[in-house]
Amino acid sequence: MINLIRSLGRWGLGTFERLGRGHLFLLHILAGIPGLFLRFSLVIQQVYSVGVLSLLIILISGLFVGMVLGLQGYNTLVDFGAEESLGVLVSLSLVRELGPVVSALLFAGRAGSALTAEIGLMKSTEQLSGMEMMAVDPIRRVIAPRFMAGLISMPLLAAIFSAVGIIGAFLVGHGLLGVDDGAFWSQMQAKTDFYDDIMNGVIKSVVFGFVVTWIALFEGHDAIPTSEGVGRATTRTVVHSAFAILGLDFVLTALMFGDE
Amino acid sequence: MPLIKIRDLHFYRGNRAIFEGVNIDIERGKVTAIMGPSGTGKTTLLKLIGGQLRPDKGTIEVDGQNVHKLSRSDLYELRKRMGMLFQSGALLTDLTVYDNVAFPLREHTNLPESMIRDLVLMKLQAVGLRNARNLQPAELSGGMARRVALARAVALEPMMIMYDEPFTGQDPISMGTLVNLIHRMNDAMGLTSIVVSHDVAETAEIADYIYLLSGGKIIEHGSPVQLRRSGSQWVQQFMQGLPDGPVPFHYAGPDFDEDLLKPEEYA
Ligand SMILES: Nc1ncnc2c1ncn2[C@@H]1O[C@H](COP(=O)(O)OP(=O)(O)OP(=O)(O)O)[C@@H](O)[C@H]1O
Ligand SMILES: [Mg+2]
Repeated sequence: MINLIRSLGRWGLGTFERLGRGHLFLLHILAGIPGLFLRFSLVIQQVYSVGVLSLLIILISGLFVGMVLGLQGYNTLVDFGAEESLGVLVSLSLVRELGPVVSALLFAGRAGSALTAEIGLMKSTEQLSGMEMMAVDPIRRVIAPRFMAGLISMPLLAAIFSAVGIIGAFLVGHGLLGVDDGAFWSQMQAKTDFYDDIMNGVIKSVVFGFVVTWIALFEGHDAIPTSEGVGRATTRTVVHSAFAILGLDFVLTALMFGDE
Repeated sequence: MPLIKIRDLHFYRGNRAIFEGVNIDIERGKVTAIMGPSGTGKTTLLKLIGGQLRPDKGTIEVDGQNVHKLSRSDLYELRKRMGMLFQSGALLTDLTVYDNVAFPLREHTNLPESMIRDLVLMKLQAVGLRNARNLQPAELSGGMARRVALARAVALEPMMIMYDEPFTGQDPISMGTLVNLIHRMNDAMGLTSIVVSHDVAETAEIADYIYLLSGGKIIEHGSPVQLRRSGSQWVQQFMQGLPDGPVPFHYAGPDFDEDLLKPEEYA
């Protein structure tokens, strides 16, 4: 019993200590962001490896999620004779929910894990220490550009995911199931609000991008500098990001749509 | 006044003492060697001097400044004047050899690319790797990587260089070149060099002064000649590489015989 309490206490202390370090790390990153505008090429390079290289998985997943939504939505709506509303159903579910959430989960798996592994390996091969000894702050030079790139890429990826998903749903709905294309698009346009739906979705994806990139970079920077330590940190990035995305999604949804 | 002045240095890793009251003076313009058995904390000492670790007690002054009292930006200013050669080389793996050597120049100066190119080629020529400049660090051998790291460490023309085990993994030819290079750079550029090593012969050849470190203390110091003549058994054992003597080869703990009588430990 005593041992249980003791290990619980140790776990709690460890968790809070890491949480504290994580926040200090974030402050340090944020302090480095203004300097990035003078050397924006560093950010562009990272947007390529964080964002552009995640495009393929986002495009393919978006297309399939949209096609499935089209099928499922049609089957439900047709019972009420409301299959014309398929466009609204699909666009609202994608723009508000699935776009930001699924693309953030994919982003954590594709880009987040890669960031953790990269930073962790740079730490374990003393590249970060080496930079420090050359009077170059690794957080400003290496971490901040990657953070910025994650922040820029995530909303764009989520938007692409939603757009491709809508196209997928249209292909299935109109091409396969014969929903009227005029109704599909015009209802979608009429019922999707720019602020309530699209902007809220964008806000979600910005928040997810911020959190996932932060977790990924912190796990890499805080990893035990061995191959095993880096491996474990990579796993933690994916797991913690998933929890953070789903938990924050609930909170954000409650704040945004709770009073309707 | 010495360039580096270490007074009453104490440093612990958990409960284990790595340093207990170490005093070292490193004279300007000289090659000072710090030698000692593996695991005594030579790398740790360099990291303390560079301000990457904090002493638990005692002070380290570099060029009159207390390293651990400096503000972050002052520490970074000081580090621009300190070169360090890591044991592993610590090259940036996403950059080519050329870009690695150019890295500190691009970060800290506004020189035009043409001038950076001249400087980089000059440094690479000095370590014999000018024609390897387009290779990736992964394509280099350990010894080559360390020579590139050396070219990078001198790129900003620092006032001092700390070499962590520069000789390991070098063949006799590049070893000779390297010994020569360290010596030449020290004299030509007016550098102060600190060489951490356990290659007794090579180090004794270039060092003006040697500190022997063991068990968290300075056991002996003096010029190579003085050390060779030292009466201490410990010093004789280390300098001649004898297996038996006061320096333990084994990590501290119970006797081997005692361990053999405990088959249940991992049962
Ligand atoms: N990050 C660390 N955490 C805990 N202990 C460490 C750490 N790094 C080094 N040590 C311990 O500190 C001691 C000194 O290590 P250090 O790397 O300075 O030795 P060294 O003299 O450079 O050895 P070598 O000649 O083999 O390079 C070692 O016994 C090691 O166990
Ligand atoms: Mg060492």
